[in-house]
Amino acid sequence: MAGPVLSIRDLTVEIPTRYGILRPVNGVSYDIAAGEILGVVGESGAGKSMAGNAVIGLLSPPAHIAGGEILVNGTRIDSLQGEAMRRLRGKEIGMVFQDPLTSLNPLLRIGDQLTETMLAHLDISRSEAEKRAVAALEEVGIPGAAERVDSFPHEFSGGMRQRVVIALALCAEPSLIIADEPTTALDVSVQAQIISLLKRLCRDRGTAVMLITHDMGVIAEAADRVAVMYAGQLAELGPVRDVLTAPHHPYTHGLMGSTPLASRGRDRLHQIPGAMPRLDALPDGCAFHPRCPYGQDRCKSDPGPRITDGDGRAACWFPLKQEAVA
Amino acid sequence: MGMVNIRNLTRIFDVSKPWLNRMVERREKAYLTAVSDVSFEIAERSVYALVGESGSGKSTIGKMLVGLLGPSEGSVEIRGTDLAREKDAAKVDAVRRDIQMIFQDPFASLNPRWRVRDIIVEPVAARGGNTEGMAERLLEQVGLAARDAGKFPHEFSGGQRQRICIARALASEPKLIVCDEPTSALDVSVQAQVLNLMSDLKDAFGLTYLFISHDLTVVQHMADRIGVLYLGRLVEEADPDALFDDPKHPYTQMLLAAAPQLDNFGREVPPPTGEIPDPINPPPGCAYHPRCPLAADICSRERPVMRDLRGARVACHMVE
Repeated sequence: MAGPVLSIRDLTVEIPTRYGILRPVNGVSYDIAAGEILGVVGESGAGKSMAGNAVIGLLSPPAHIAGGEILVNGTRIDSLQGEAMRRLRGKEIGMVFQDPLTSLNPLLRIGDQLTETMLAHLDISRSEAEKRAVAALEEVGIPGAAERVDSFPHEFSGGMRQRVVIALALCAEPSLIIADEPTTALDVSVQAQIISLLKRLCRDRGTAVMLITHDMGVIAEAADRVAVMYAGQLAELGPVRDVLTAPHHPYTHGLMGSTPLASRGRDRLHQIPGAMPRLDALPDGCAFHPRCPYGQDRCKSDPGPRITDGDGRAACWFPLKQEAVA
Repeated sequence: MGMVNIRNLTRIFDVSKPWLNRMVERREKAYLTAVSDVSFEIAERSVYALVGESGSGKSTIGKMLVGLLGPSEGSVEIRGTDLAREKDAAKVDAVRRDIQMIFQDPFASLNPRWRVRDIIVEPVAARGGNTEGMAERLLEQVGLAARDAGKFPHEFSGGQRQRICIARALASEPKLIVCDEPTSALDVSVQAQVLNLMSDLKDAFGLTYLFISHDLTVVQHMADRIGVLYLGRLVEEADPDALFDDPKHPYTQMLLAAAPQLDNFGREVPPPTGEIPDPINPPPGCAYHPRCPLAADICSRERPVMRDLRGARVACHMVE
């Protein structure tokens, strides 16, 4: 077994502004192995999408990668520019966005969008690509795939469109899929269909998945490991069951407590006081300390310990010691 | 006798193409039945939740309740007054004064050019009431600072804006608040703050909520009574415990199974099959029968009526 498919080391993304440099992603490190689903959770502005965009090279200027490394299958890609990045994108890394309507070209038949992608990245003939397009649609569960390849995106429902987007992301057989809130725009019953599809396809093909979402329930059901982000930093990283049932970082703990849960009955929800700090007004020390019930003096001056893979689970000086529920 | 009585409520929208298109393309007029024959009651000082997926008609019911839309058939009675048919304007006005609404998107529901003070007191100012110090007092009640009254909406985060919306809804001292997905646009930690605030205010002011949501866990947390909608029809109504422990309608069962669960790691369940049908041409009989595992002949012929079953009301031919 080779190394991880995606390896992010100390990644920092900066946006220079009039008010100083903002760091929406600040020293983040994690790996994703083949066939593994890493869930990336966090609230709006935590930097979870920004990290995904950095990997696939879709940061819009003036945002740029200011430090760290991104390796895909052992090759550094963070310094790639223009044509080299374009070849990699789609071939090695597939992307599924939140809104399936805006990620498909409304003027092209979906069959043409699929064959276009395959012809650009794979060394195959047009007739072979057309055959594979139908097969790809069948695989994602679109009924009557042979006829539906000639349909336009507007002729599909939201759930069916997201299936097409997944087929599009997978058709060049990438080793990594970045799914940015893939089910947020969908109803729960359709969400269950899409999540189960994503899990099945990636397991069968050994594709690594970065699943970015704000929904803890989706993470619990789909992910193998979870990375919790707060104010651009990694707060906690670990196996999904451990992190969700016995969080070590006080932020994860608070987040779990504020989620309404059937088993918890109708008691008041736990509240994390305050709100996530703005990136231009980050507190000194640990970014979470003004809201943290366990904060001590050290937290006010020293930023929490960085999580590097295999070393530590929570970026916290005083992690909660809890045992995972078996 | 509940505070709100909704009887056989139906709303049909005309979604026909323009006249010329219909003539040239030889198309019939098209009608979309957004809400079909829905009846329920909301008890005083309770939280009634409507859940359903997109297109199930839950927001349309909310709009009919506040009077933003008129019913096509059936009636909405609030404290015995039918808003759509009552002739006595003073009586209608007195009832409407008691109803307020909180919308989903706190970015779209506040006028960006108005100061927070003016936004909050408008329901009262519009009726010529005294608004002295009102905005400051309400802001503190919803957990903001009195000095925020002079600011503009863009200076607040999403959760704070939703608090402003709540303060505005409270200004006219309503009895009934229709909350249409009040926390769907918010992050989970902010959602917890807003839900707690709504519970506190309900107790403090003796409010009644119609709580519209697609999120089953939120509904379970908030509601005293839950109605499940599918394609504009009420398919099941029960108390939260009964609904979540013993869902009776096959659609409710499917919905509960499909909802992501925090304590179900790596759950592998067969995902639900099929999609919500086209509301312009709904299936005959029970709207759910094409996707239903229990479906029999009668389900495609006759529309089931609501019947009582183990403490719930269910619209299904088959379930026992």
